Amino acid sequence: MSTALSLSDVTVTYPDGDRRLTALDAVSLDVAAGEMVAVVGPSGSGKSTLLAVAGLLLTPDSGRLEIAGQDVTGLGRGRAADVRRTSLGLVFQQSNLIASLTAREQLEMVARLAGRHGAPVRARADELLDAVGLTEAADRRPHQLSGGQRQRVGIARALMNDPALLLIDEPTSALDHERGAAVVDLLARVTRERAVGTVMVTHDRTTLDATHRAMEMVDGRLAALVP
Amino acid sequence: MFLAVRDLRFAKGRFALMGAVVGLISLLVVLLTGLTAGLSRQSISAITSLPGDRVAFSTPAAGESASYASSRLSPSARDTAARQPGVTDAASLTLAPGRVEAGGRQAAVTLFAAEPGSFVAPAGLSADRVAVGEDLARDQRLATGDTVRIGGRSYAVAEVVPDASYNHTPVVWAPPSALAGTAGGGSVLVLRTGSGFDRDGFEWAVGARVMTVGDSVSAVGSYTAENGSLTLMRVLLMAVSALVVGAFFTVWTIQRTPDLAVLKAIGARTGYLVRDALSQALVLLVVGGGLGTMLAAALGRLAARSVPFVVDASTTLVPLLMLVAVGLVGAAGALRRIATVDPITALGAAR
Repeated sequence: MSTALSLSDVTVTYPDGDRRLTALDAVSLDVAAGEMVAVVGPSGSGKSTLLAVAGLLLTPDSGRLEIAGQDVTGLGRGRAADVRRTSLGLVFQQSNLIASLTAREQLEMVARLAGRHGAPVRARADELLDAVGLTEAADRRPHQLSGGQRQRVGIARALMNDPALLLIDEPTSALDHERGAAVVDLLARVTRERAVGTVMVTHDRTTLDATHRAMEMVDGRLAALVP
Repeated sequence: MFLAVRDLRFAKGRFALMGAVVGLISLLVVLLTGLTAGLSRQSISAITSLPGDRVAFSTPAAGESASYASSRLSPSARDTAARQPGVTDAASLTLAPGRVEAGGRQAAVTLFAAEPGSFVAPAGLSADRVAVGEDLARDQRLATGDTVRIGGRSYAVAEVVPDASYNHTPVVWAPPSALAGTAGGGSVLVLRTGSGFDRDGFEWAVGARVMTVGDSVSAVGSYTAENGSLTLMRVLLMAVSALVVGAFFTVWTIQRTPDLAVLKAIGARTGYLVRDALSQALVLLVVGGGLGTMLAAALGRLAARSVPFVVDASTTLVPLLMLVAVGLVGAAGALRRIATVDPITALGAAR
């Protein structure tokens, strides 16, 4: 199975007064296509920093980063945006949809960024909305959707560019337990069906059963979670 | 444009308000432009439509500049002037305030006295025939063949000429005899010049100050002052619109910073977002400014019945285009902020 994400010895430090705070301490992580990895840990442990590095939103001090077998260490801002547009799917904590766009348009926007539009794009958007169970809601704007529906649109949007790697930031934090579990089940299903590598950062340990592997982040160090 | 038009529709209240502001500014700019053009036509059209290319004034006194009203270049200087190198023709022209009486009504005019047959004189001008400006012809209901009285003598109207206003009065082209009843006025020479014209040599030989016809509008009484202050008002309005549009897009960009961070996080390049936002500004400026300009053109047509006002492409489309251009500059200044939005803020921990 091919590797969706490979982090080797990645270190990130932040300035903190006179010293530097180590957010990631020589972290290594491999995620295969079709595999879903959960990263848990207390706030401030560095799990969001891990997501930012894997999402090319933050350049690490040292270490090596590969996405879908391609070395993407130390790319400039523009090239990093290109990789995010073509190879990455990001799902945010609050779904972060654009207020003026309908559910379908949220997905079409992704294709627009890559210069694609028209009937095939629309068809793919509808197919993905169908896959997350939102066929009926395609023409609704975010304020007309429930929290769970918004999160599903966010997941469909992240899949729009057929990414090699899905990065999920606290997908259940704004949802009750039942809806949160449904969202995580959906993520596990798309990971399997679409052979995408998925990293989910969460502090909700009740959702770990749906994942293949769970890692724990403590003080910038990553280790397999001992149940 | 994909996002731009949807945001426009979604936040239509805000954009409608801003469009109204742009529309009102364009209304003011276009009204002022039409009025400036109208006043300027009333002030100098008889000068700018002179058939020559240069004007010679008598040398002004120290510390003063040449002026049509105070120039005293006597008709006898004409022959000297005509002999100068590069001068193909020279004609004497005297400008004097006067009164014209027609059908029992009197009107204040400026008499443009020229020798019949000289190149500055309208074709129909003769010892007992005059040419009247179209403004006067309209106000006094004069037509070719009517009789007018100037300084106690009668003249037939030989011709109605367009673009004949000077210093906010209508112009009557008359033979020199019509000056008899006036207090006299300024006299200049209108020149036709060729390639060998030597300005310094001419000024020395004739005792004159030479300007091109275009530059000589500065020698028309109050033209420079009134035109300058109206132009300053228009420039300030343009600057205000650039600032207002810039302020609006600054606030708008700050408001949508979370959206911009998400778009960047999912792979939008700054250039894409800036182009999208500029297209939004363009729609706002063209629609708002266009409506204001149309309203101004309609009002201008009404106003043109009682005040000097010009409605044409140069007084409507040109100021609209300038307004759109400076508005885009203002927006572009605000949209630089898009470049500084960090996509990492779309992630939870950093918010």
